[in-house]
Amino acid sequence: MATAAALVGLAIVLALLVAPEDADQGISQRIFYFHVPIALTAYAAFGWGAWKALLLLWKREERYDLESYVAIHQGTIFGALTLATGSIWAKASWGKWWVWDSNQLVLFLVLFLFYSAYFMLRFSIEEGPRRENVSAVYALFGVALIPVSFFAIRLAEDFIHPTTFTRDGPQMTGTMFFTFCVCWVSISMLAYALYRVELLGKRLDSNLRELREALS
Amino acid sequence: MSSGEKYVAAAYGVVFVTMLVYVVIIAAKLARLERETAELAELARKRSLGG
Amino acid sequence: MNYLADVTALARKDLRLELRARDTLPAMLLFVLSTLVVFHFALPSGADEVAAQGLLWVALVFTALLGLARAWAPEREDGALEGLVLAPCDRSAIWLGKSAAVFLFLVAIELVALPAFALFFSPLDAGAVLGVLLADVGICAVGTLLAAMAAASRTRELILPLLFLPLAIPLVVGGVGASVSTDPGRYLAFLGLYDAVFAILCWASFEYVVSE
Repeated sequence: MATAAALVGLAIVLALLVAPEDADQGISQRIFYFHVPIALTAYAAFGWGAWKALLLLWKREERYDLESYVAIHQGTIFGALTLATGSIWAKASWGKWWVWDSNQLVLFLVLFLFYSAYFMLRFSIEEGPRRENVSAVYALFGVALIPVSFFAIRLAEDFIHPTTFTRDGPQMTGTMFFTFCVCWVSISMLAYALYRVELLGKRLDSNLRELREALS
Repeated sequence: MSSGEKYVAAAYGVVFVTMLVYVVIIAAKLARLERETAELAELARKRSLGG
Repeated sequence: MNYLADVTALARKDLRLELRARDTLPAMLLFVLSTLVVFHFALPSGADEVAAQGLLWVALVFTALLGLARAWAPEREDGALEGLVLAPCDRSAIWLGKSAAVFLFLVAIELVALPAFALFFSPLDAGAVLGVLLADVGICAVGTLLAAMAAASRTRELILPLLFLPLAIPLVVGGVGASVSTDPGRYLAFLGLYDAVFAILCWASFEYVVSE
């Protein structure tokens, strides 16, 4: 966890001070250094959650349920952060807090809605194998939705809005790319560290509950 | 601060604050877990002394 | 061909139940027609003909939701779902049979709703109708499974729209695109892709949704 924090610190320094300023967008381009890694980490978290869900349905070992849940929880938080940083970037770039032009942002909005419903579903079912199964199937639907939604949003461009700008990735010079990689690695490590910590906390919680029942 | 800088600061700030909140929540949870473990250890001790 | 026989039997049972009870279909019909009328008042004058096409899809999605909320009601009320699950048929056949029945209900409704739309707003071309049919497949496949999930939940009908709408977004995109664009082929192909992907996913995972 400490390494992750240190790395994030380094990443911030790099992103804010070292990397050269982007010619077109100016300083607000620096938001990208974190916005994109956070988005990528969210995708990774959803994928990880779906993988654990598949393992649950396949191997039937109970621990996968908690691992899947925590991963999706992480993904949703990072997804919300993606939306927040994306919105701030939109305001900085185009003066509006939300634009439908950015496919990635729209995709994240759809996914955020989908995964928010995951929690509502999960917590409206009694704890037990039924809840585990249903959550797992829903998580699998999530990863199927990601590419399908992506294509849908691309297709929708034609009749919703003509896109007014070219795609997101700025052309990056060497230092910029290095900064980006550092940020990406640091965010990923942070996410993983948080995942392990949260998982540990939840496992401890459930073990303690069992212990309490056994003792009383 | 120019407006561009304000937004960058806002974005980084949001991320930082979120992480901070997350860490605080986890820390609070760990504190609660520690309390519960202590309670249960006490219960177990009484059990083994009494039974 | 035992599997197909099971599916047909299950679908026929649902159709017969509905023909006897006649509660869901008339409600869906009235709902979709009322919605179309509301849309007329909701569209400011001078609004695009194209905008109306979009609203057709809103009407269809919400009418489908209405029907889906009741999709598993017969099984729930009699406790029959547990019985079906224990039956020797493949669990996915339950899903397929139910989806087929819901599909037929939806198409029946659309036989009235689409001409009504053409009457109230603007005519629909072949692309639009094909789009509706393809989207129906996706709606029924995914909706039936999600309705089964919702049945397991405490909040039942309340949660079904929350689960369904994000997954319905690609269908709306495909459908509106097929209705509106000059080259519906791409959108129809996309709808086909959605149907294929999600139908397979539903077929494979249904048994986990209903079992313990």
